[in-house]
Amino acid sequence: MKVRRSPFVLVMLVVGFAFLYLPILSMIVYSFNASRLVTVWDAAHSPTIIWYRELFANDQVLEAARLSLQIAAVSATGAVILGALAAFALVRYRRFRGRSLFGLLTTAPMVLPEVITGLSLLLLFVALGQWTGWPQARGASTITIAHVTFCLAYAVVVIQARLMTVDRSLEEAAMDLGARPWKVFVVITLPLILPAIASAWVLSFILSWDDIVITSFVSGPGSTTLPQLVFSKVRLGVSPDINALATILVGLVSVCVATAGGVMMRTERRRLHDAQTAMGAH
Amino acid sequence: MGIRTYWQQFRSDLGRRWVIGVPYGWLLLFFLVPLLIVLKISFSNVVLAMPPVEPILTWSHDQILQIRVNFSNYTFVLGDRLYLAAFVNSLRVAAISTLCTLLIGYPMAYGIARAPGAWRNVLFLLVALPFFTSFLLRVYAWIGLLSRSGPVNGLLIHLGLINEPVQFLQTDFAVYLGMVYSYLPFMVLPLYSAIEKLDLTLLEAAADLGCRPTKAFFAITLPLTREGIFAGCLLVFIPAVGEYVIPALLGGPDTLMIGRVVWDEFFANRDWPVASALAMVLLLVLSGFVLLLQKVQAQSEEAQ
Repeated sequence: MKVRRSPFVLVMLVVGFAFLYLPILSMIVYSFNASRLVTVWDAAHSPTIIWYRELFANDQVLEAARLSLQIAAVSATGAVILGALAAFALVRYRRFRGRSLFGLLTTAPMVLPEVITGLSLLLLFVALGQWTGWPQARGASTITIAHVTFCLAYAVVVIQARLMTVDRSLEEAAMDLGARPWKVFVVITLPLILPAIASAWVLSFILSWDDIVITSFVSGPGSTTLPQLVFSKVRLGVSPDINALATILVGLVSVCVATAGGVMMRTERRRLHDAQTAMGAH
Repeated sequence: MGIRTYWQQFRSDLGRRWVIGVPYGWLLLFFLVPLLIVLKISFSNVVLAMPPVEPILTWSHDQILQIRVNFSNYTFVLGDRLYLAAFVNSLRVAAISTLCTLLIGYPMAYGIARAPGAWRNVLFLLVALPFFTSFLLRVYAWIGLLSRSGPVNGLLIHLGLINEPVQFLQTDFAVYLGMVYSYLPFMVLPLYSAIEKLDLTLLEAAADLGCRPTKAFFAITLPLTREGIFAGCLLVFIPAVGEYVIPALLGGPDTLMIGRVVWDEFFANRDWPVASALAMVLLLVLSGFVLLLQKVQAQSEEAQ
């Protein structure tokens, strides 16, 4: 059937994408603007890269970016490990004591407002500090724990969805041939859920890298992440070096997404091709 | 049972215990216990100390456990007009923003799902891309765009629609705009997957029987993509109610939203018990909404 394309839908597509992308484009354009008044275009001296130079000369920004990268990488790894275990428990162990509470605990962090998550974790860290002496001060470690906790929920959803589609007869065959459960997991199950593990890691990384509200509650004086630095600058008004920072981040993300998209499409095409060859061989 | 299989059984039980126990323990310690602490502190008094709360459990000198629970934080929170206004306003802002994202997002998702093959993937990635770029920076972009000397005012003046710059920033309008802008991808993605799954032969049959496309849309497409609508609305509404960043950056001092009030009680007033009581009330309100939505969804599935 030929799908009729209504002009209304086309117009909404154009308007919608313009709405999504014009603000991002405006940041890119203004990052090359010489004027310190961000929104006034200084045609005489633009385009310029002074804000990029200023950004890379700013040790505070570089240190915050390094801290954010470190926290995001560690949190994403932790969230994926715990998330894979939780997803495995939920999919493979149909009954165990406290399973329904476990199911609730793995999804609830997603719908809990960030101010509540942040507040509750801070109160926990304060109480733990009083009872056990740890943590003495809040910083990178408490931020990482908080990020693992809220990324964990997303990791579980992604990995669980994939794990449910895995054909159990493959695992059973390996078991019948005498493989130990741990070996079955590493040799059979893990490769099958690897794409989901990779997407869960990327998703967790982005969520952690981007977080401002929860981080503000559980961070300490010595640790400022990049979003915290940006937030404190932005609250004082627009600042041209933030435009430069935004442009760099948008550029990096676009390259990553385009690469991932390309790889995805190529594997899709190859799979289709393989399937056709297999059919032809019959 | 041979000793070898017994040993294997033992090991697999041990493995199972670890697989369940490690994430379970983590979530109990870092998710459930913290919420219980919030609950506990919401029943205590504020004092000038660090932490600025009075313990509810104390040992008096003759070793009797004393429990002092007071509900004053709750009566204070529920009795105060300001907090009530913040709750009502948060729900209103979230509801209107959700409706607007649905009205913009549905046609977009529809257009993407019906686009020719290669385009579909590209458009899908283009919707997902803003989600991967910093949320904070995308909200920040609007500060520049909406400022008095910014491009939006410039364009409107150039077109002759207004004579002098309009104050967009620090208004409710800017908050709505920021919400719709930030949460639009969360609406489009579930709608897209629902519309894409739709069986096209149904529409074909309707057309063969002489049904007009508009009528077919409301009679077939819309009801069959209900699940996507529910999912999208939930994904936008829930975080929007507790949103802090958007009202803090784009809203004015009188834009009362509950996320911002909790933040200010905690950081500015250092009143931990009141902040905790507010958080508990917010948690209850949101749980109520989630349960209600699940019930509505279950009923509509049954009716089908």
